[in-house]
Amino acid sequence: MMKSRQAVEWTTGLFVVLGFAAIFFLVTQVTGQGLKVNQSTYSLTALFDNVGGLKVGAPVSMSGVTVGRVQSIRYDQKRAKAVVVLAVDQQFNQIPNDSDVAIYTAGLLGGNYVGITAGASDVVFKNNDQIELTQSAIVLENLISKFLFEKAKDGTAKP
Amino acid sequence: MNITLGIRRVGQWSLFSVALLARSAVVLKRPRLLIEQIYNCGARSLIIVMLSGLFVGMVLGLQGYDLLRRFGSTESLGTAVALGLLRELGPVVTALLFAGRAGTALTSEIGLMAATDQLVAMDMMAVDPLRRVGAPRLWGSVIAMPLLAAVFAVLGLTGAHVIGVSLMGVDAGQFWSQMRASVELKDVVEGIVKSILFGTALGLIAVFEGFQSEPTPEGVGQATTRTVVVSSIAVLAIDYLVTAVLL
Repeated sequence: MMKSRQAVEWTTGLFVVLGFAAIFFLVTQVTGQGLKVNQSTYSLTALFDNVGGLKVGAPVSMSGVTVGRVQSIRYDQKRAKAVVVLAVDQQFNQIPNDSDVAIYTAGLLGGNYVGITAGASDVVFKNNDQIELTQSAIVLENLISKFLFEKAKDGTAKP
Repeated sequence: MNITLGIRRVGQWSLFSVALLARSAVVLKRPRLLIEQIYNCGARSLIIVMLSGLFVGMVLGLQGYDLLRRFGSTESLGTAVALGLLRELGPVVTALLFAGRAGTALTSEIGLMAATDQLVAMDMMAVDPLRRVGAPRLWGSVIAMPLLAAVFAVLGLTGAHVIGVSLMGVDAGQFWSQMRASVELKDVVEGIVKSILFGTALGLIAVFEGFQSEPTPEGVGQATTRTVVVSSIAVLAIDYLVTAVLL
C-alpha cells in the first residue's frame, strides 16, 4: 500500500509547499496587509477635530487615486485634536504645501478614507510636515440634527 | 450508568492525551516518522479538500450573490465569501472532511495494529507504541490541518470568483479590492488558530480511539465510527468556543 520512500517525500514536499503558498496568498492577497509593505513612504501629519470612523490602514487618496495609507491615529490632549499620521508613497512627493485634507466616506455605508485636494503652491510637502488645512469627518448624526433644528427654526419663524 | 462510563472515558482520554503529548519529542528526533504521517494525513487528503473547497466556494458565490443582490451591494461579494471561508467554513469543513478522511484511517490503522498484536510486539521489543505509533500521527494531523484549511480557502475563493465574476458579472476589481479593504490579518490568523486547534483535537481523538479499540473486527469498526462522531461534535463545539473568545 505504502508508496516508495521517494514518492512519499515528493508528495509530502509538494503538499507542504502548496499549503504554505496558500497561507502566503491569503495573507498578502486577500487582506490589505500586503499593499503597504512594498514601497518606501514619507509621513505627513494632520490635525482633525473629529476623525469619525477612520481606521489605521485606511487609504489616502488624491483625485480618487490611492497614494498612501493612514499610519497612526492618536489624540493630542494639549491641542484637543486627533493627530492622524499619513504614510504617503515616495513617488507622490510633489504635493503642494497648501493642499487641504479631508475625511470622506466611501459610499453610503463604506469605510472612511482620507482625501487630499492639491493646492497651487510651488513649495511641496516634505517628510514629517504638517498639513494645515483640514476638514473633519462628516458625522451623519450631526448633519441630521442640524437639519432637524433648522427645520424646527423655520417652522417657528413662519406664522 | 452511561454517564459514569462517559465521564470515565473523558478521564481516560485526558490521561492518554497528556501521555501522548509527553512523548512528542520523538517527532524531532525521528522526523521521518512525522513526514510519513504528514503524507498520510495531509497529502492524501489534499484532493478531497481541494474539490470540496472549490464547490463550497462556488455555492457561496451563488448564494452570496443572490443575497447581496437584494440589497444592491453585489460588489461586497468578495468580502462576504472571504470572511466566511477564512473564519468559519475553511477550518470547519476541512476539519469535518479530515475527520472522515484521515481520522478514520488513523483509528482503523492503529486498531488493526492492536488486533494483530503489533502493538504488543512493539512493547516486547521495548519500543513504546505511544511514542512510535501515536505521537507522529498526532503531530502529522496538527501540521496538516492548517495547511489543508488554507488550501481549502484559496480554492473556495477561486470557486467564488468563477461564479461571481465570470458567471454573475460582478466586477473583478470590486470583488478583490473590497475584499482587501475589509479583510484583516486577524481574520486569517483566526482561521489558522482554529485549524491548528481542530488538528490537535482530531489527532488526539483518532489516536485515542485507535489505541482503545477492542482488538476485534467489530471493535475496530466501532472505534472508527466513534472517531467520526466524537470528532465532528468536538470540532463544532471548539469552533463555537474559539469564535466567542476571538471575536
